[in-house]
Amino acid sequence: MSASKLNQARPDSKSPSVNWAKIEEADNFAKTVKLYRQGKYDEDSFRRFRLQHGAYGTRMTNDYAMVRIKIPAGKIYPTQLEKIAQLSEAFSIGSAHFSTRENIQLHWVVLEDVSEIMRGLAEVGLTSREACGNTVRNVMCSPLSGVCAEEKFDATPYAIATAKFLLRNPMNQNLPRKFKFNFSCCEKHGMVRMCDVGVLPETREIEGKQEKGFKIFLGGGLGNKSFVGYQLEEFTPEEDLLYTSIAVLRIFDRMGDRKNMARNRMRYLVNEMGWEKFQNLVLKERAVVRATQSVIVKLDVDPIPEEIKKPIRISESGGNSVPDGYARWYKTNTFNQKQDGYQSVFIALEAGDITANQLREIAKIIRDYSAEGMARNGFSQDIAIRWIHEDDLPKMYSQLLQVGLAKSGSLTMASPIGCSGTTSCNLALTNSHRLAKEIQRKFLELKLDEEDDLRDSTIKISGCPNSCGQHGIATIGFFGGGSRVGKDMYPTYLMSLGGRSDGETMLGINCLRIPAKKVIPTILKIIELFKQNKKDADTLSSWIHRIVNGSEDSDIKSINDFKQILSPLTVPPTKDEDSDFYTDYGNDSSYHTKTGKGECAA
Amino acid sequence: MCCLSKEKTVRPTIDADSLSSQIRDNSVRVIDVRKEEEYKKNHIPNAVSLPLANLLSDDSPERAVKLFQSLGIDDETPVIVYDDTFGALASRVAWTLEYLGHSDVSLLDVTYNQWNSLGLENDNKIPSINSKTHSIVLQPQILATADYLEEAKEKEGVILLDNRERLNFLEQHIPGAINIPYRTLASPDKILRPKDEMKRLVENRGITPNSEIITYCGSVGTLSGLAFYALKSINLSNVKLYVKSFKEWKNLKKSTSKQENADYWDLSAE
Repeated sequence: MSASKLNQARPDSKSPSVNWAKIEEADNFAKTVKLYRQGKYDEDSFRRFRLQHGAYGTRMTNDYAMVRIKIPAGKIYPTQLEKIAQLSEAFSIGSAHFSTRENIQLHWVVLEDVSEIMRGLAEVGLTSREACGNTVRNVMCSPLSGVCAEEKFDATPYAIATAKFLLRNPMNQNLPRKFKFNFSCCEKHGMVRMCDVGVLPETREIEGKQEKGFKIFLGGGLGNKSFVGYQLEEFTPEEDLLYTSIAVLRIFDRMGDRKNMARNRMRYLVNEMGWEKFQNLVLKERAVVRATQSVIVKLDVDPIPEEIKKPIRISESGGNSVPDGYARWYKTNTFNQKQDGYQSVFIALEAGDITANQLREIAKIIRDYSAEGMARNGFSQDIAIRWIHEDDLPKMYSQLLQVGLAKSGSLTMASPIGCSGTTSCNLALTNSHRLAKEIQRKFLELKLDEEDDLRDSTIKISGCPNSCGQHGIATIGFFGGGSRVGKDMYPTYLMSLGGRSDGETMLGINCLRIPAKKVIPTILKIIELFKQNKKDADTLSSWIHRIVNGSEDSDIKSINDFKQILSPLTVPPTKDEDSDFYTDYGNDSSYHTKTGKGECAA
Repeated sequence: MCCLSKEKTVRPTIDADSLSSQIRDNSVRVIDVRKEEEYKKNHIPNAVSLPLANLLSDDSPERAVKLFQSLGIDDETPVIVYDDTFGALASRVAWTLEYLGHSDVSLLDVTYNQWNSLGLENDNKIPSINSKTHSIVLQPQILATADYLEEAKEKEGVILLDNRERLNFLEQHIPGAINIPYRTLASPDKILRPKDEMKRLVENRGITPNSEIITYCGSVGTLSGLAFYALKSINLSNVKLYVKSFKEWKNLKKSTSKQENADYWDLSAE
């Protein structure tokens, strides 16, 4: 008799629909690490191998790695969350990190333990394969796909099928550089113009018959230099999704710049060639692909919709007192599904970090409340638990409250994104991760999450120019750097304004370099200016949008006006006046920049 | 090989079923190291109480042996120790017995909580105990002092093992140590992983059968005591416990190392 037999798993624990793992890869990884340590594997080949298997380098050391676990389409199941909790305690720092690309990352893992994590992941059908390196990265899908009222149809099965087709596919094991697919429900929720291939469900009517298909966007992406993607054609029929993907990957594989690491994402190729030429090339290549497949290759799209089963309540009513803070949380963390009576709940994490115990609690809450029995990783270092019946929300809230997961503001400006920064990344110049947490705490303290006119704005922070924190598409974006007074350095952020990733996607316009310790006062000042100058229906983002586009007629008409008003905040005090100014968040010692070799993080 | 040996083999851990039958035969002394009030509420039938704090208040061999004698333990008594703290507290008590020269001591391979969830018997009766006599034959080969450690860690083949959590290790550790956090040692339903897993894990970290291993943790040798038994479970016998651990090391102002230039604490979600 074993403990597990008695403590039976709850009956409605749903098991994962796809097994992404291959256990042999763990063995192979362990062996290769040994060879590498014995000097039988050169540094470069080992790095390529390591990245292919999802183990990314760590700041200033060869002894540790970050393991990036792919969660295709963001679909994550309770057993998987529990396993990740266990692995984080055994091999990492007892916390896990939700990334902006629906991965879950375990940091500060001893390189020799990575294979043990891979083994654990295989037990629950997960993999870190091709989560880093010059491969097709995690295939994303909007956390609202399937429940968003704006969508034409649910893109999730197509995202999963695409991930299945490309994972371990020899065609894309050694691309010139990494490659990213995003699927979405609608323009607003999925960043389809900010990745290599963005896919949006679309329908058209032909002779009275509804036909499924897609709008496909190519050549976008955030990085040291960011570009907005182009729409390939008016309508891409369903069966052409795969052929288009193959065609684009082939072109990139053939023509991408393999020499110049800094400029070899596909968006540079598109930019250099010009969109029309690239578009023609894709259409021609697709015709070739379609005509020359020896066997008819099709996406394996699972036609069976997810089973929706409202969990059975043991005590359906009783004790209906609504806990404190519920109204605020309800307003700022829930999304009204297109299905009557159901809500999606977004859990606000601090810059994506979550403890092992909280992961276990989330698994429980999913089993207890979600009618689809799983959760979705979001695009904002968060997690969405969907299909919660309206009546269950107060109870779910109190359960979240007990485990410190009921922070309000997840769907508002009060939940900034911060990349990992100097907490673990080789390239980071500043502690962007901690800054995001500090901003969140300040916003919640001032109850700014409750303000309707701030709700659709965003704050996103990167610790260096490389955009892992997606600063380019933020209403107020920041990327880290260092500035100097004489021989003393202090951490700063270049602030950009007016970025967005919806139907009118544009990159933010650079404004000013703001000292790290003045970022919060600067944001609050911008909000104050907005409140003074806004028009009736304005939101902060619509107001800033007009300013950066030169169509605002109030006191602040341009980025330059912002510069003038905000520049006093950027004047450095002397070290005697304010020594704290010369330190970064989370670090008492004098600030200095220090970076290692990049491996392309997210 | 094992059958020819006359000596009784002592396993580092014993499973719950075997313990149940040994309790029925009344052939073992079971020690509960939880707090006394918890023990009084209920415990494994016939178990005696020795809260770890009681032992640690003065764990000199002279006093420790008196404690064990008062629990009815002589040189030959088979002893089994359990706790409700993933085996770490029990390990520290078991190790002390071994250090005194008592060879027949094992850990229960589940925690008391798991014992109960298996539906096994418990009891609140406090057994009457007759004191016994136990000799002291100290086993210095399982103890590391600060001086010993300082010299040994420079030697080839000596591995210094830190069993604290990763963030604590990154922040500060004894120079040259490697880190296997205590959480790594357990499986979801046992205080120690199955042997094949443990072996693979330890081998991956460069620990070989020829290694001399010194384990340490934060202050009193509990987490590292568990590691002592984890290594023993896979037949690594040349293991010493630096029982006074990092607390003493720091008080002695000996040198420490740190993972520099990274703000790793800000990644944790406490």
